[in-house]
Amino acid sequence: MRSRGSTNWRVVGSQIFVCVCCSAAAFADLAPPLSPTNIFAPASTPAKSIFGLSLFVLVVTGAIFLVVFTLLLYSVVKFRKRKNDDGLEPPQVYGSNQVELAWTVIPVLIVVALFMATARVIASVQKTARLDNAIEVIAIGHQFWWEYRYPALGVVTANELHVPISDENQPTPTFIELLSADTDHSFWIPRLAGKTDLIPNHPNSMWIDPHEAGVYLGQCAQYCGTQHAKMLLRVYVQPRADFDRWIQEQRQPAIVGSAVSHGQRVFETTACINCHTVAGTVANGRFGPDLTHLMSRDTIAAGAAKNTPENLRQWILNPDAIKPGSLMPAMQLSDEELDVLTAYLETLR
Amino acid sequence: MSTESIAWPSATAESRSFVDHLHDWVATVDHKRLGILYIACALVFLVIGGIEATVIRIQLIRPHNDFVSPQVFNRMFTMHGTTMIFFVVMPIQFGFANYLIPLMIGARDMAFPRLNAFSFWMTAFGGLLLYFSLVGANGLYGAGNAPDVGWFAYAPLTSQTFSLGHSTDFWTLSLLVSGFGSIGTAINIVATVLCMRCPGMTLAKMPLFAWLNLVMAGLVILAVSPLTAAQIMLLVDRYLGGHFFDTQAGGSAVIWMHFFWIFGHPEVYVLVLPAFAFASEIIPVFSRKPIFGYPVMVGATVAIGFISMSVWAHHMFTVGMGSAANTFFVLSTMAIAVPTGIKIFNWLATMWGGKIEFKTPMLFCIAFLFQFLVAGLTGVMLGCAPFNWQLGNSYFVVAHFHYVIVGGILFTLFGAFYYWFPKMSGKMYSETLGKLHFWLFLIGFHLTFDFMHIPGLLGMPRRIYTYEPGRGWDIWNLIVTIGVFFQAAGILVFLGNLLWSYYCGKAAGNDPWDAWTLEWATSSPAPAYNFPVIPTVKSRRPLWDLKHPDDPDWKYE
Repeated sequence: MRSRGSTNWRVVGSQIFVCVCCSAAAFADLAPPLSPTNIFAPASTPAKSIFGLSLFVLVVTGAIFLVVFTLLLYSVVKFRKRKNDDGLEPPQVYGSNQVELAWTVIPVLIVVALFMATARVIASVQKTARLDNAIEVIAIGHQFWWEYRYPALGVVTANELHVPISDENQPTPTFIELLSADTDHSFWIPRLAGKTDLIPNHPNSMWIDPHEAGVYLGQCAQYCGTQHAKMLLRVYVQPRADFDRWIQEQRQPAIVGSAVSHGQRVFETTACINCHTVAGTVANGRFGPDLTHLMSRDTIAAGAAKNTPENLRQWILNPDAIKPGSLMPAMQLSDEELDVLTAYLETLR
Repeated sequence: MSTESIAWPSATAESRSFVDHLHDWVATVDHKRLGILYIACALVFLVIGGIEATVIRIQLIRPHNDFVSPQVFNRMFTMHGTTMIFFVVMPIQFGFANYLIPLMIGARDMAFPRLNAFSFWMTAFGGLLLYFSLVGANGLYGAGNAPDVGWFAYAPLTSQTFSLGHSTDFWTLSLLVSGFGSIGTAINIVATVLCMRCPGMTLAKMPLFAWLNLVMAGLVILAVSPLTAAQIMLLVDRYLGGHFFDTQAGGSAVIWMHFFWIFGHPEVYVLVLPAFAFASEIIPVFSRKPIFGYPVMVGATVAIGFISMSVWAHHMFTVGMGSAANTFFVLSTMAIAVPTGIKIFNWLATMWGGKIEFKTPMLFCIAFLFQFLVAGLTGVMLGCAPFNWQLGNSYFVVAHFHYVIVGGILFTLFGAFYYWFPKMSGKMYSETLGKLHFWLFLIGFHLTFDFMHIPGLLGMPRRIYTYEPGRGWDIWNLIVTIGVFFQAAGILVFLGNLLWSYYCGKAAGNDPWDAWTLEWATSSPAPAYNFPVIPTVKSRRPLWDLKHPDDPDWKYE
């Protein structure tokens, strides 16, 4: 899975890490408590390749900064006009070709080194062959939520992406095809990979191979309209067995109990079904998230609120209260209709 | 007819009404008045754009703040970006170029005075058109007022589907109109520099200010044209059923990005080359030495001009261009660091061995050197495509380009204001207030833009009207917002200093800095005809030759 280039970069990166012990490294040690979206706390090969390169670049630019900063500071202090100045003009110097040559050639060499290092990482991340046992996901950006489709596994879900851990010995990376249903979006989970844009009419792809279980956060990184800010990303990285169980559950059609048939009738006779799908029922809209297994998700409104009965009810009553500018309309339901509808949605496990 | 018998109508200021003065300014074709009009107009927009920035920062002071709605926030960052780029920095740079180039090259006016006036009014009306959207953009749909598509207005957010009403049209038309003004002024600058130099002033003896503005003007002609074309294509899409950017009918969103950034990146150099021009005039005078390596500085400028036309897609590393294109744009982007680095080294060498006087203009230029160094280095980081996949569109980028535009360009602009204020007004500014402005602005700048890098490294994207708690972004955003108030105080001191000095300042004299270029050879403010006799020069520092007849420059150049 991991190409030779990226492995080498990890070695180089770790050498620099040990040798120079730069501030970015200290930053990385603090990473998980510092922020769940820290780019210096990589947990997947693309993010680690970038991290290795970024250490190299930080060391080089840091060294340049120190040298030039010191020279500037020295000249400002040393060559200031003194109190006891004799009033004469200093020696007039017009230039020096040798000096100019020196500070042209040295930067050129630095640029060449940085360029070669960068080109290797570009190749290692962008030119990766797909493995047969890779997970294929289609991510579709919508205003202002994420649709995920697993075409080989027959699963459709929204806003919370589940992927298996990729073991070093038995890699199961996830390849994500990125599409957009409307405007430009960008898929960015800083700890797993750099961002890639979702552009209508311009399919993109990226890959991740998370090494540790957990929930990885991120959010849309390309301005896509009013609610760009609350288009949050959540990636659930699970051990393979848990992932397979999750897939099995997601493939089931909706279970409809007779106790909530009133709520189901409200759902199926209002505009809800124009936008939402509940598999196995007449609801087959595709403008909004698939609700077949709504209650298997931790959040609603693309991560904007916890998935609790109160939030769900509030969301149906007045989406603008949670996410102003969201494209879900307020459904103008009575209190009683809201109650039964919420009760119905809560059976969609 | 004897001269005594001529009765000049309204010869004295007392007898002239306000309307007469207004008429003089509105109908003027004098390059100095137009320069001041450009600058004054831009200062008004600077205050407006600054207020928009303050609204943005107050909203982001803490997570889940609701100082403004998301709709208003999105309008604020769109208007802030558009205003600052097109109606603040560009007009100010054009204003200084207009005012100074004829004076520096010993000419009596720009090559095309009427085109000059036309260009200014196009820019000013473009700005008014943008802000008229606040009242005029509702249209039949009642959808929004100011534009809210972001200053680079990516398709298809600008299509009729996603942008109802006319707010996007106001954005498009205002840039179209001001774009004609920019191209007019650019043509004027090129013609003036090439054709109007005084006797003896060969291209190699021109002040660096004129060189840098010449390259800037060339870039404007090359860069604004594609933007204008793209705006027309967008209008065709919106009103004539075109499909250039209409992705639902086979159009391409990526084509808009290419059009925009092939304008947008040279634009950065359009804004920064005049800043280099200020530094290249101010640093030598306050170090009491000629600019180090003049021919290399010219060469580096021309190199920047050429290379800057080939780096645009480094704004697009995340749009999926493929590894070959990404690699090419990494190389071109890093290549431009070389001539830029050469410039920093030459300014440093100019100061080396000099006698540096810390007057306000020089303070701003020294801060510029430090800050531009940092901006260049974060630019190299962003130029590494893989690092950019993490940093792109995050607050790190926002911090980076504000380091360029505020830390680099605005600082030198303030330096230029103080340096040439005596020439433009005939009055000396208050050094105390100038230094107070410098320190307030320096503290505010660093509080805001140093700490703004960190939330970017911690995964905070730009253009979000609010953010979740628990991401480690809160404290940094608080510090960033606090810095804004120091900057605002600095700007108030600056404006106060300009007004106070204009009305109450001491007379400055013709040459308060003991400087070397031709604008200091005429009176302050310069008469309408600039020079009673067109000067003849023999070196790059004609006034040095005049002041040191025993040791003139032309013996060494």
